[in-house]
Formats: sequence, structure tokens, C-alpha cells
Amino acid sequence: MEIVVSIRPLLAVLVTLIGALLIIFTGERYRNLREFWTILVSVLKFSIVISMVSFVLQGRTVEYTIVLLTQGVSLQFRVDQFGLFFGVLASALWIVTSVYSIGYVRGLNEHAQTRYFFNFAICLSATMGIAFAGNLLTLFIFYEILTVSTYPLVAHKETEDAIMGGRKYLAYTLTAGVVILFAIVFIYAITGSLDFKPGGFLLGHGSPATLMFLFVILILSFGVKAALMPLHEWLPTAMIAPTPVSALLHAVAVVKAGVFGCLRIILYVFGPELLHKLDLWLVLAYFASFTVIVSGMYALAQDNLKRRLAFSTINNLAIIVMGSALLTPSAITGSIFHMASHGFMKITLFFVAGAIYVKTHKENVSELDGIGRQMPLTMGAFAIGAMGIAGTPPICGFISKWYLAMGSLEAKEVFFLFVLLISALMDVAYFFPIIYNSFFKSPQEVVNPHLDEASMKMVVPLVVTAIISLILGIFPNAFFNFFNIASVAAEKILGGV
Amino acid sequence: MVPQSPALVVVIPLIFAFLILLLGWWRRGLCYPITIGALSTSFLASLDTLYTVLTAGTIHYYLGNWEPPWGIEYVVDHLNAFVLVIVSFISLVVGISSKRSVERELPDKIVYFYCVFLLQVTGFLGIVVTGDMFNLYVFLEIASLAGYALIAIGEDGAPFASFNYLIFGTIGACFYLLGVGYLYISTGSLNMADLSQILPNLYHSKVVLVAFAFFLVGVSLKMALFPLHVWLPDAYTYAPSTVSALLAPLMTKVGAYVMIRVMFTVFEPHFSVELIPATTILGWMAAGAILFGVILALAQKDLKRMLAYILVSEVGYIALGVGLANRNGLTGAILHILNDSFMMLALFLVVGAIMYRSHSREIPQLRYMHRKMPFTMAAFVIAGLSVIGIPPTCGFFSKWYLVLGAIDARQWVFVAVLLISSLLAVILFFRVIENAYLEPREEYTGGGSELAIATEEAPLSLLMPILIAGAGILLLGIMSGEIISTIIRFAVPGCF
Repeated sequence: MEIVVSIRPLLAVLVTLIGALLIIFTGERYRNLREFWTILVSVLKFSIVISMVSFVLQGRTVEYTIVLLTQGVSLQFRVDQFGLFFGVLASALWIVTSVYSIGYVRGLNEHAQTRYFFNFAICLSATMGIAFAGNLLTLFIFYEILTVSTYPLVAHKETEDAIMGGRKYLAYTLTAGVVILFAIVFIYAITGSLDFKPGGFLLGHGSPATLMFLFVILILSFGVKAALMPLHEWLPTAMIAPTPVSALLHAVAVVKAGVFGCLRIILYVFGPELLHKLDLWLVLAYFASFTVIVSGMYALAQDNLKRRLAFSTINNLAIIVMGSALLTPSAITGSIFHMASHGFMKITLFFVAGAIYVKTHKENVSELDGIGRQMPLTMGAFAIGAMGIAGTPPICGFISKWYLAMGSLEAKEVFFLFVLLISALMDVAYFFPIIYNSFFKSPQEVVNPHLDEASMKMVVPLVVTAIISLILGIFPNAFFNFFNIASVAAEKILGGV
Repeated sequence: MVPQSPALVVVIPLIFAFLILLLGWWRRGLCYPITIGALSTSFLASLDTLYTVLTAGTIHYYLGNWEPPWGIEYVVDHLNAFVLVIVSFISLVVGISSKRSVERELPDKIVYFYCVFLLQVTGFLGIVVTGDMFNLYVFLEIASLAGYALIAIGEDGAPFASFNYLIFGTIGACFYLLGVGYLYISTGSLNMADLSQILPNLYHSKVVLVAFAFFLVGVSLKMALFPLHVWLPDAYTYAPSTVSALLAPLMTKVGAYVMIRVMFTVFEPHFSVELIPATTILGWMAAGAILFGVILALAQKDLKRMLAYILVSEVGYIALGVGLANRNGLTGAILHILNDSFMMLALFLVVGAIMYRSHSREIPQLRYMHRKMPFTMAAFVIAGLSVIGIPPTCGFFSKWYLVLGAIDARQWVFVAVLLISSLLAVILFFRVIENAYLEPREEYTGGGSELAIATEEAPLSLLMPILIAGAGILLLGIMSGEIISTIIRFAVPGCF
């Protein structure tokens, strides 16, 4: 494998960190300048990430070593296909979220906006660090930074509920962090190395019992952020956060970082061969499919729109983990691609929830009757996102689910095909009533029958993400060979088998 | 030519301690610059010492050219050069920070304060450089006596706390001295290198065993290792801010250094680990210290007292690393001497700054502090995250090596203790952070109704050290790999 040494991954991480400092020192007094930094930095970051696509598509990895952390392990970035995929996804969505955030916090006249944008920028730095981390320790460092910098965002409203939500978030994620630390140290003690390798590096080290134990605690602890049941409880609680936070952090950055961690563990630390040998893949797949089904049922029962979306997120994250656990080419491609397609669709849905809240202060599904007449663009985007999540062609959710379904057949486990189908049916069951009610039911209270949307800063982003989900569904390779990156990653991982 | 820097490190603060008395009578304003001057020179000398050790190996310095084992010898190897730099740097930073708070808290005792302050630093530095058991005792007493005096000039409870410390400290010193006496009886030598040559033949002698036990208990008392920590919380809570900021990072660390020295240089590791289960006992005491410290810290409403209990648990980390008695554990312990000095420095300076501005250190009264003192609180958050062990702060890396060491030693209980203490520290610090940063409200109203609270940051002479300590915590974290591969790797006793 050819290696390109370049400082670009470090720049991609640092640019937001510097942005965060600019934001905090600019402060509330020059809010336009502060928002300018956010936008500038997000665009810069995206272009830096994009500039690495061509290397990675040629099968090369971009490497940059910063400093030795401990013997044999450095603070090191190594951008491979999978990392780049996540990096492109997160940095692209940050641009739209930034624009949306500005509309949202100004529309609601939020307090502590500087703190909000500051932490947002730190989160993105950390996410990029997670995406580009070349070894487990580097990943863990950024993972913890992400945890801590998200806490002020969750507790942003500073009401009693918000503070409790923040505490719960910390309790779950930092406990998981401690367990991850233990597992990483343990792996280091066994192997003396922590570098990710497509196909895993643990094969041939340690006894099967030790490895099984490590796998279980690693999946459970990364599974906290990925909201695998029964460790998901913090996520619906954290929905108390402002909507853009829920959107980016709970549909893209934080939970996806958890899923990303799980996938790194499954595919790059343990690897298909070892998991087949230990027979753990099937156990994990069943474990994840339990979450898929149960979270779908939970979602049906939620009246609060954001909570319903939260459970739908849990459902989709579990699908990603389940897919990667099947360890077949299509399944892995499908799960990696589902990270992106779910990201675009779910962020659209969260944006919609936020736009409705800013415009009408409504939060519950039962209050949305007829709202489509007032906000047709918003609800139209909602319809696209919701159908995509259910797997309707030609929206990108279809592509990923197709590959996941193929993957379960390749693995000769029809059970998971049924799990996917049932979950799709449940998606329909909890999303379509919303679409129907908002467009066709007559409103309970007076709704402005004319076009009366939230501010354009919010509508444009959500329309853009909805359109991207459509385009990705028709041309999966439309943006920078997006789909190819995922399939090359899957090939690399399975190359050894 | 023999480098003079090891002697200069100690002699300069000692001489200036007495010069300050004279010059201070003449011009009180001179005390502060003289102190800073002396401490910076001492710091530079210690850097030079470290550099010499790194390039040319261990330094042997014969005071007055009297050769050991008759004369007093200063021996500086990687371990004490490292600790020496830490001690002199922390003292310098605390010295810089002292200006305003000493003027505020002790307006008519400035001259005496700086005199004793320098003696205190002299004591610490002397303990670290010397290669002679009895000379070490002398410096230990200088440091302790200065410490009793410094603590006693604090607020209301201070004289009593200091008296309490005096009793415990004296018992500790006596034990140490008895240990020295017993070793002298059986070997006729006081020089550490000489002792380590003679002792192996006497390992089964009861006298030597008793001496070792005396050393261990005496030093544990001085470093406040659970359950011998009882003097510490009161003493460090009631002491003047500057004094707590000096003693909390250093006293315990110097004690830890002496412990490592006695266990692994004067006695052989073979003796401390295998012949008698000293390290095992130490490990369990340390585990107790870690848990006991954090749990009691949870019960405190007074921020400074909470930090004092955290210090008790941090001492446990160092002792645990020593108790693990393997390479990774000791690396963690030595690294933690550095990291914890910075963490405690930052935390106690922050408390000093908060007290300077708001005259209160009750945790519930910290509300709006993030708007009054944004930089100070930012440093507090960084230091808190470091105590918890969130990367990339330096506290994480000590924890990394300690956990690694515990896994190497297959001590699962210790692993659990280390991890659980992290979680308890989360509660401790986020409780403070919540109080200082969040402004709970009944109903969410968005913005608009904010109280106008003016920024009231600490004076620059206090803020700069706080920021240095905060930045140091982050920097040391990222650089820890380098520090270990250039210094600590050689500081860990060779046989591990």
C-alpha cells in the first residue's frame, strides 16, 4: 500500500480548532464576524478533506505522524478509504449545519451563542480526528474530546431537564470511555501495537477467551455512543439540546463516531478472519438486530417529534453495526454507505423538526396536522427524508439497504433480511402518518394557508440535504465517487480473506 | 571540570533567603523581585543540571571536595534531575503568582514570608539533589519546619492545622531519622551509593529490616499516603493561597521521590519487591488512598478542601505505580510526579485566584464564575479534565501507564480502582463545572434576560501562572512520549 505523507489531515483537524479560538475571542459583540469564522472554517475544512479524495481513490493512504505518544504508538493520522468517507460526510454536513445553526439560534434569540459555536467547532475538530486517526489511541483521544465538548451543547438550555440530560450523557459516555481505555491498554499490553489494519491486527495474539472478552467490552463501550440497546438511554434524553445540535451531533458526529468506532473495532482491529474464527460475528449481528427491532417499536410510541427521530436514529445505527457484523463485501459496503445516506436523510429530518419549532414552537407529532400547507418546502423535504429512511427508491436509503439485504444473503443468514424488511415497515409506520397528517389533515388550530416558512437560513440547508439524498440515490457516485470510496474500503478489508 | 550547577540550585535560594531578611528591612518592595530572581537562577541551574545529566550521565558533586563516604555528596541522575527541574519550575511559577495574594493576605509579613518561602524551596531542592541519607534528613527538616511556619500564618484554623501537621510531620521525621540511625549502626555509612554496596549482605539483619520499615512509614507520613494523610486536608485548606499552591504540588512529590530513592537505590529492588512484600503492601495502601481520597472529596463543599482530598488520591496514584514494581508502573509513577505537580499547581492557583476575587470558595457560590473569570475557569476545566484523565491532557497519560503497569502485573483490582477513581473524579469536577458554568433556570426562555456580569479576571501576576500551568497540562500531555523516551526511560531503576 502506497503512502503519501502530507500535513493535510492535521490541517483538517486544526482548522476548526483555530476557528474555535477565533470564535471565542470574537465573541458576542461582533456576531457577524463570529458567524463568518464558522462558515469560513467549515468551507476550508471541507476543501482540505476533499483534496485528499484523489489519493485515496488511487488506493493510497495519506499519513501524518505528529508526535510519539508511547513506545510504538504515535499521535498519527492515517487517512484510508473508510476514514475519508466519514471525514467527507461530517465536513460536508457541517457546512449546511453551520448555515442552519445561524438561522436557528438567531431565530430563537438563543443565549450563550458564542459558547455554542465554540463547542460546535471543537466537536468537528474531534470528529475529523476520529475519522483520520491512524491507531486506536489517537482515535480514543479525539473520541474523548468529542465527548467533553458535546456536553455543553447538550446542557445548552440550562433548564433542569437540560442539565440532567447533560449529566446522563456524561455518565454514559465517560463510563464507556473508561472501559475503552482499559480495553485499549489491554490490547497494547498483548500486541504492543495499536495501528489499524484493514482486516484486523489481533489475529494470532492472545487467547480466544481474552479476545472474546475484549471484543465484547469494546463493542459495548463504543456501542454507548452508537446507542446500541440497552445502552441507548442517553440519546433520547439528549434530545433536549437545541435542534442543530441534535441534528449534527446526534445524527452525524457523535453517534456516527460511535458507529465508526464499532466498525473500526470490527473491521480494522479484530477483522473478519478472527471474528469468523471466534464465531463472534453472528452473535454481534443478532445483538444489533435486537436493537433494530426494539428501537423501531419504541419510535412508534413517541409523540415528541425529536424523540421519534432519536429512536429512528438508534434503529439505523444498529442496522449499520449489524451490516458490518455480517462481514460480506456487500454488507460492509452497504453499512459504510448507510452511514452517509442515513446522515443526509436524518439531518434533513432534524432540520425540519427545528424549523417547525422555530416557526411554530410545536414539538409533538400530534400537533402537526395541516402544517404542510404552511411550510410546504419544509414538509416536502421531510417526506423525502422519511421515505429515504424507509428505503424507498430512488432515495439514497434504498441503495444502502439494497446492499445490506444482499449482504445478508451473501452471508447466508436470511434472518437479517427479514429484520431489515420489518424495520423498513416500521419506518413507514412511524413516518408516514406525519407526512399524511401534515399535508392532508385539516389543522386543529388556525394555520397560515400561505407559504410561511422559517427563515431562509434554515430552509435552504434542509432542502439542500433532501436534494442531496435524492441525487445520491440516483447517482451514488455523484459526489467525489462517494460510493466507490465505500466499496473500495470494503474490498480492502476483505482483501485478506 | 565538575559542573557547579547541582550545588548552585540549592545554594542560591538558601543565600537569598537570608539576604531577603536584610534587604527587606531596607526596602520591602525588593522582596518579590529578589525571590523571583533567586528562583529563576535556581531554575536555570536545574535546567543546566538536567542537560548535563542527559548528555554526560550521572553527576557526582563532592561538597567542599570531601570525598564520599566521609563528605557529603550530591548525586544527580536522570530521576532527580527530572524532579529537580519540576521542583524549581513549580516554585518559580508559584513565586511569580505570589505577589498580589501575599500583599492582600499577609500585608505586614511580606519579608518573613519570602524568607521562609525560599527556605521551603531550598529544603525541597536539597532533598532532591543530595546523595547522603543524613543530609537528606536535614533538608527534610528544613522543608518541614518552613512548611509548618508557612501554613500557620494562614486563616483562622491554620495554627491548629499547622500544629497537627507539626506533630505528624515530626513523627515522620523521627522515623526517618531512626531509620538512618539504624542503617548507620549496622553499616557505618550514610552515603546512598555506599550503603547500596554494603546493604545486600545485611538484608536478613533485623536491624536493617526495621530501618527499612521506619523509612517507609516516615516517608509515607511526609507524603501523606493514606492512612497517614490525616494532617493534610486541614493544613492545605487553611494555609495561605500561595503556600497551598507551593506545598500541594511539591511536598507530596518530593516525598514520593524519597520513597522511590530509598526503595530502589539505597535498597535493591530485589529487596523491596521480593525479600519483603513492601511494594505489595504499598500497592494496597495506594489503592485505598485513591478511593478514599476521591470519595471523601465528594463530601466536601469547600473547593480547596475538595482539592486537598483529591491530592490524597493523587499521592495514591504515584504510590500505586511504585507498588506495581514493574517498568510501566514506575514510568507511570514518575510521569505522574510531573503531571500531578502541574495539575495541583493549576488547581490550587485557580482557587487562590477565586478567593482573591470573591473571598469565597464554597462550591455552590461559584455561580457566574465563568463570566467573571473566563480564563481562570478555563484553566480549571483543563486541570479538572486532567485529573479525570481525559486525553490529551497529561493526566491521561499517567493513567495510561499505571493501567498498563497494573495489567502487566495482572492486578485486576488495581485496574478497577484506577478506572473507578476516574469516574468519581468526573462527578467531582463536573459538579464544580456545572456550578461555575451553567445558570439553571426554571423555564427556558431563550436569550435576552441575561444578567449583566462584568468580567473581573485575576490580576496578571496571578493569571499568567495559571495560564502557564493550564497550557503546561496540555503540552505535557502531548509531549509525554518524548519526555518518557528522553528522560523517564533512564530514570526508572535499571533492573525493571
